[in-house]
Amino acid sequence: MYNINAVTNPSERQHSTPPATVGSGVFSSDEDLISVCKRLRRDIVTMIAKAGSGHPGGSLSAVEILTALYWKIMRHKPSDPQWPDRDRFILSKGHAAPVLYAALGECGYFPKSDWETLRQLDSHLQGHTERLTTHGVEMSAGSLGQGLSFAAGAALTGKLDNRSWRVYALLSDGECAEGQIWEAVIAAKQYKLDNLTAILDNNGVQLGGFTKDIMDIEPFNVKFEAFGWNVIEINGHDINQVLDALKKSQEVKGKPTMIIAHTIKGKGVSFMENTAEFHGKAPNAEQLEKALKELA
Amino acid sequence: MPEEIAPREVYGSTLVELGRENKNIVALDADVAGSTMTSTFKKTFPERFIEVGIAEANMMGIAAGLAANGKIPFASTFAVFATSRCFDQIRVSIALAHLNVKIVATHAGLTVGEDGASHQALEDLALTCSLPGFTVIVPADGIETTQVIRAIAAHDGPCYVRLPRGKVPQISGAEYKFEIGKAYEMRPGKDAAIMAIGVMTAPALEAAAALAKENIDCRVLNMASLKPIDEAAVIKAAQETGAIVTAEEHQEHGGLGSIVARVVVKNQPVPMEMVAVKDKFGMSGKPAELLKRYGLTSEEIVKAVKKAISRKS
Repeated sequence: MYNINAVTNPSERQHSTPPATVGSGVFSSDEDLISVCKRLRRDIVTMIAKAGSGHPGGSLSAVEILTALYWKIMRHKPSDPQWPDRDRFILSKGHAAPVLYAALGECGYFPKSDWETLRQLDSHLQGHTERLTTHGVEMSAGSLGQGLSFAAGAALTGKLDNRSWRVYALLSDGECAEGQIWEAVIAAKQYKLDNLTAILDNNGVQLGGFTKDIMDIEPFNVKFEAFGWNVIEINGHDINQVLDALKKSQEVKGKPTMIIAHTIKGKGVSFMENTAEFHGKAPNAEQLEKALKELA
Repeated sequence: MPEEIAPREVYGSTLVELGRENKNIVALDADVAGSTMTSTFKKTFPERFIEVGIAEANMMGIAAGLAANGKIPFASTFAVFATSRCFDQIRVSIALAHLNVKIVATHAGLTVGEDGASHQALEDLALTCSLPGFTVIVPADGIETTQVIRAIAAHDGPCYVRLPRGKVPQISGAEYKFEIGKAYEMRPGKDAAIMAIGVMTAPALEAAAALAKENIDCRVLNMASLKPIDEAAVIKAAQETGAIVTAEEHQEHGGLGSIVARVVVKNQPVPMEMVAVKDKFGMSGKPAELLKRYGLTSEEIVKAVKKAISRKS
């Protein structure tokens, strides 16, 4: 059913296909964003439970950020994922694939039933996001620290071609221990990439525990400011704050913007919140039932 | 003596020509533009030249982002920094998405000379050839370099091109035509086949000339297209000559010798000898001294051919 050719030349791989029902225009929706967020959280835990593995914690912490981007901020066409004038979303924290798959599925990039194939042999929904397999995925990721460089390259393209589309990149706090993030931070300032907005999903927890205990990178705000970025700090679970920050970043001239979104790992599911336990573990059937009750 | 030209000079001027023909061509460098010769492109198209500073991982990521949005980025630095320094970025950001990034690395191999082991890439071909979908090319001279740079610009997919630091003799004739996936017969022969890449191609021809005086008739193949390798030419050489010698300025492990051996053992097993670096790091010295010390000379190729022929059953 999927044409992914996982073992030979990646150039032979095929994308997923959008469902026939999706409209051909720029995505728009009047749905209440708080209910969209709840639905995305249910999608995330359900697809990970079905897969039996995956990363719920860092997917749930980014729900408001992706909802704001895909439902209100970005111009994009689910029927035409490579639409040249689209705004670009780069997921640097590639393990948060489920939140992106949830958003793309809800927007109509592919049938929602595809979620049931997550992480299975020949599924286009790979364990970490891949550009060649999934409609709407811009970057193949999964090795942390690489997304901001990729986003800078995309933003440079926009500058070179004098295009008005913007680039949004989602980073995790833990991945900022990778030196390449800071290489990209320096370059984005050097090239005055004001068409680039990075969002730091600062949930404070990584695979091995609390970020502050493993490699304390805080304070982020003064670091990014010192590197010449416009910095906005928000509560990453307050959808209005997320929307305001993203809109403000569009107005900044001459430098890139870093939105430090203070979030909670596993947000919305009590037993997944603020713990490393569900960084990379699927809920069992009983836990899924409990999670879905809390997210009803 | 044939004219000697540094392939990286040819790279710089060819990139400018390509830049005139296609506005989507951009160049990136990591603080060594004056050495890789992307500085030539920078002078002509400053707005399309992206200096990333001493940050090769970031350069590969930026190149991936440019390629994903329609640009044809040529990313250049020294071969050690263009491959092993940022292999994971090449693997995940570029190769896994099969993005159209052209990595053109210079200063490869022992012939970097005095800078020593840290600067002498001897494993870059093993690394890049290991990546699915990557095209890997090692030109032998300036004439070939022009054609290779043009060919990879026209090819849709990630490419790695390896160039030396120094000047090399022009050994390709005016009729020479490079094609990705094709070996080029530089000399016909029936007693053994010498397959060479890069700076070892000229010594391969010298070895064949020396062997001819002893009535040993050697075919010489320029295997510039290392990946994809010209399997048909390798099999034909094995069938028609019955003995193969490979010559490269690279570790024996994972380079031309390994790749040719894989084709030979699966299709037409014949005696093979490999002239390559034998599991050692380089060191400081003059290029010619180093080639001699590490056994990368026409004399060593002659010995290897005689040995391979002696092993014919």
